Amino acid sequence: MKKPNSQCGRRGERIFSNLCVLPSLAGVLIFFLIPFCIVAYYSVINNPITAQFVGLENFKRLFQSAAFKSAALNTSTFSLISVPLVLVLSLWLATLLERSIPYKSVIRTFFLSPIMVPTASVVLVWQVLFHNHGTINQVLDIFGVQGIDWMKSSHGQLIIIVMFLWKNIGYNMILFMSALAAVPRDILEVAELEGAGRIYQFFHIKLRYLSPTILFVLILSLINSFKIFREVYLLTGDHPYDKMYMLQHFMNNTFNSLDYQKLSAAAVLFSLVMIVIIAALLIAEEIFGKDVES
Amino acid sequence: MSRHFSRHTRKRIFNIIIMLFTGTVAVMFLLPTVLTIANSFMTSNEITANYGAMLSNMTDDKKIFISENVNLKFIPDKVTFDQYASVLFKSPDYLLKFWNSVILTVPITVFQVLLAVLTAYGFSRYPNKFKSIIFFAYIILMIMPYQVTLVPNFLVADFIKDNAASVVSFAPAKLAETINKSIENMRWAVILPGIFSPFSIFLLTKVMKRIPVSYVEAAKLDGASELQILTKIHMPLCKGAIVSIAMLVFIDYWNMVEQPLVLMKNTDLHPLSVFLSQINTGDIGLAFAVGTVYMVPTILMFLYGEDYLVEGITYSGGIKG
Repeated sequence: MKKPNSQCGRRGERIFSNLCVLPSLAGVLIFFLIPFCIVAYYSVINNPITAQFVGLENFKRLFQSAAFKSAALNTSTFSLISVPLVLVLSLWLATLLERSIPYKSVIRTFFLSPIMVPTASVVLVWQVLFHNHGTINQVLDIFGVQGIDWMKSSHGQLIIIVMFLWKNIGYNMILFMSALAAVPRDILEVAELEGAGRIYQFFHIKLRYLSPTILFVLILSLINSFKIFREVYLLTGDHPYDKMYMLQHFMNNTFNSLDYQKLSAAAVLFSLVMIVIIAALLIAEEIFGKDVES
Repeated sequence: MSRHFSRHTRKRIFNIIIMLFTGTVAVMFLLPTVLTIANSFMTSNEITANYGAMLSNMTDDKKIFISENVNLKFIPDKVTFDQYASVLFKSPDYLLKFWNSVILTVPITVFQVLLAVLTAYGFSRYPNKFKSIIFFAYIILMIMPYQVTLVPNFLVADFIKDNAASVVSFAPAKLAETINKSIENMRWAVILPGIFSPFSIFLLTKVMKRIPVSYVEAAKLDGASELQILTKIHMPLCKGAIVSIAMLVFIDYWNMVEQPLVLMKNTDLHPLSVFLSQINTGDIGLAFAVGTVYMVPTILMFLYGEDYLVEGITYSGGIKG
């Protein structure tokens, strides 16, 4: 009697499917996992030559460095502001575009276009916009508001938040649009018959079905928020104003000074923080979206 | 009846208001791109007159022959291809950097996707405990930002560079020389981790897991081998997904800054995405044309494959698959 489950194939077939994974596994081990173990090892020794165990000494040194503190603070401020912002804005746009409005596909294309434009190509436009004598300050001037030198002020973060939103809203919006389209119609129809308004429908029905997508967008935006270094680097080069000194700047400088211990400690610390954040998000989603998942 | 009609009209008016609003915002999203392209058709003099103040601010404040304000202009006074002519014929530097981008991005995209087809097939057929542990490790790796992954990459690159000479010395002299040369340029230090980056494996595994088991069963009854199932069933069914994943990978690496900056010390070999940051201190008159040239490959992809792109983004949603 043949088993209906094709996943119990012959031995040779199973071995073939395992072999398929091997090349990638070898590469990942060589380029990521094994060296990461070495990085973890480096983070608790004094130097690779004498290799003495020093416990958390390197981490202490990391926290004492002013550059690291300011980089960590700036990066986390930026992520804490921009990630929720991009989430809310892209979800809002997706709900607006859910309606049957004219020229919907053109509008969607426009929102999507920044994904395909390399940051380096348009960086000059941003520079002109936010320059001390640039377009934005001139517009402000018309309304009698004194402009500020954006790049060199504590408002510098505002520029990169705008650039981040510009780059990421389209992608997230598409994710939310497809998730909204997958919300079961019959439930919405019942709700409408019962007299539930759009807002009630959104918060009590759609949002619950969206919770896996919200989780995904949160994680994705978080990862992307650490890539903002690109924009900052292209805008301001190696030495930006204080508020735009990001974690990647710190890493680059530490790479240049070849301080492996500090570098390893930073990488290990950062990976732990990421794992904790994402585990927390997964648990939160588990609790929130429990009853709707099939 | 009339009440129904008025409700319908109200809805239409409301939709038009929303269209106007989202449309305006959407145009603003397109603006930086359009401005870059429009400005690429200006003469160098016009650009210097418009944006020169940015430079004077950076060097010294004495150059007052240019407008103090920098202003974005939509329409050039005179449409010329001067900038393009300079970029293409007079300053080979930019073309070289463009080529650097190509030889970094294309191998990464091609091999990452090819590897993903094979690996995703392995992950989606005959799941077992080991494979799910590995897959979970890949997800963890995928969510690690560059600030984490670049450190291990750097260590490996350093190790290979330092030890290559002693290994290669056993090879014939001529071969050893070519190998040493290609090791010295450090391109591989960016390319290899790029190829093994698990992003496309993750997406493609999710797509392949959706292929109905009955297709595979039917093929098996017809006597297809595992390799044939991969090439005759999985690959054709995932064609769209493969194209869209390739697009996402390409655009990501076409835009890369962090990896070359850390891993490649020789700035002559840096891709244009890094080099463009230095342009504003020099040939500002060419910057828009260079920027436009740089976005040509990705814009073309977008125009021809927007639907694929949207499809690919949709696949990526839902980390739990």
